Amino acid sequence: MKGCTERIYNGLIKENPTFVLMLGMCPTMAVTSSAMNALGMGLTTTAVLVMSNFVISAMRKMIPDKVRIPAYIVIVATLVTIVQLLLKAYIPSLDSALGIYIPLIVVNCIILGRAESYASKNPPLLSAFDGVGMGLGFTLGLTCIGIFRELLGSGTLFGTVQVIPEDYTISLFVMAPGAFFVLAFLIAAQNAYRNRKAKRAAAAGESGADEITAASAGELACGGNCASCFGAVCAENHGKLAESKGGART
Amino acid sequence: MKEMLQIVLAAALVENVVLSQFLGLCPFLGVSKRVKTAASMGTAVILVITVSSAVTSLIYQYLLAANGLEFLETIVFILVIAALVQLVEMFLKKSSPSLYQALGVYLPLITTNCAVLGVALTNVQENYNVLYSTLNGFGTAVGFTVAIVIMAGIREKLEYCDVPKAFQGTPIVLITAGLMAMAFIGFSGLL
Repeated sequence: MKGCTERIYNGLIKENPTFVLMLGMCPTMAVTSSAMNALGMGLTTTAVLVMSNFVISAMRKMIPDKVRIPAYIVIVATLVTIVQLLLKAYIPSLDSALGIYIPLIVVNCIILGRAESYASKNPPLLSAFDGVGMGLGFTLGLTCIGIFRELLGSGTLFGTVQVIPEDYTISLFVMAPGAFFVLAFLIAAQNAYRNRKAKRAAAAGESGADEITAASAGELACGGNCASCFGAVCAENHGKLAESKGGART
Repeated sequence: MKEMLQIVLAAALVENVVLSQFLGLCPFLGVSKRVKTAASMGTAVILVITVSSAVTSLIYQYLLAANGLEFLETIVFILVIAALVQLVEMFLKKSSPSLYQALGVYLPLITTNCAVLGVALTNVQENYNVLYSTLNGFGTAVGFTVAIVIMAGIREKLEYCDVPKAFQGTPIVLITAGLMAMAFIGFSGLL
């Protein structure tokens, strides 16, 4: 049981997919124009992630190593289809708001990334909890960005309370450019925090691992923030990141 | 004829795949450091998306919709696209080694591009026939190429600029993309 709570903490805080790992950027930017959509997308992804982690982990000894990526993709695509049909039947408003981005969960980097790097090596229950943690972490990230954009762009909170009067809102933030700007400032704030921490660590005479992660992310083939990759690329990148982290520590 | 032109223009400029739909951000941010590589990537994307939207549309109309299997679209499309990229790669290797040399590295990267699946799904959503789907795919890919080449041009210049430390790397690229997205909003008056 301790392992399970550790997994949830890991996904929510330590390896938060949006803020720390920078995975799944496509949906992050596309659906965060309102907090409600962001929350819906996050929970939908969580549902798929928990099921896919569980199924893939349960089948991990059956799937031959060579065809594992296509096998994972088929499993994930099946689960996404199921979730999409359920949403269409029970929450049609969310389905029409998210539209094409629901089937696109298939190519969300987080799902195949977790399948490849966690579920394929660990027992089903732990993997399912890893899915819960990662999914909630993703939901948290999306909702934060969503609240921010909605507040600045249309002045409301979850579409209900008008916090900022309509005359003073900046509608640019709910449009496409706003997503780029908000994300840019978010990453910049994170970089500034890391730089400061690194400086302090350097002053104290110890090497921080964090700034190396940020630096080596820039060297990766995909720029370090894969919007959507089929796991294989992700796993490779994570390997490289881990290597550079480990190398820096020794 | 007019309608066809409209579809291509709308897909390429008004509803730009990267800047207004956020699909294919990964290569857009990752492979946009040099104009030359960006142009090669763009060419490869045009090739793959045009072919894949034609094939997926054919499959959807004559295999899935004809048999009432529309709910299989996601699974079928993703497998078809993965297989198709492999085929295109093999075909290029045999028939045009020079082109393969130029595009080879970018082809596997494209499978991991959600724009390809996104276009296929949009075609179904919009009820486009095979011809319109192909045109829409072509237009979308051209839009991607335009965006990534402009981005690469800006990034080449950006290297000589004094960017604040916290904004170096991804943040400044995202801000550039945001400004480009604002510029592309201007195209919405076009149609």
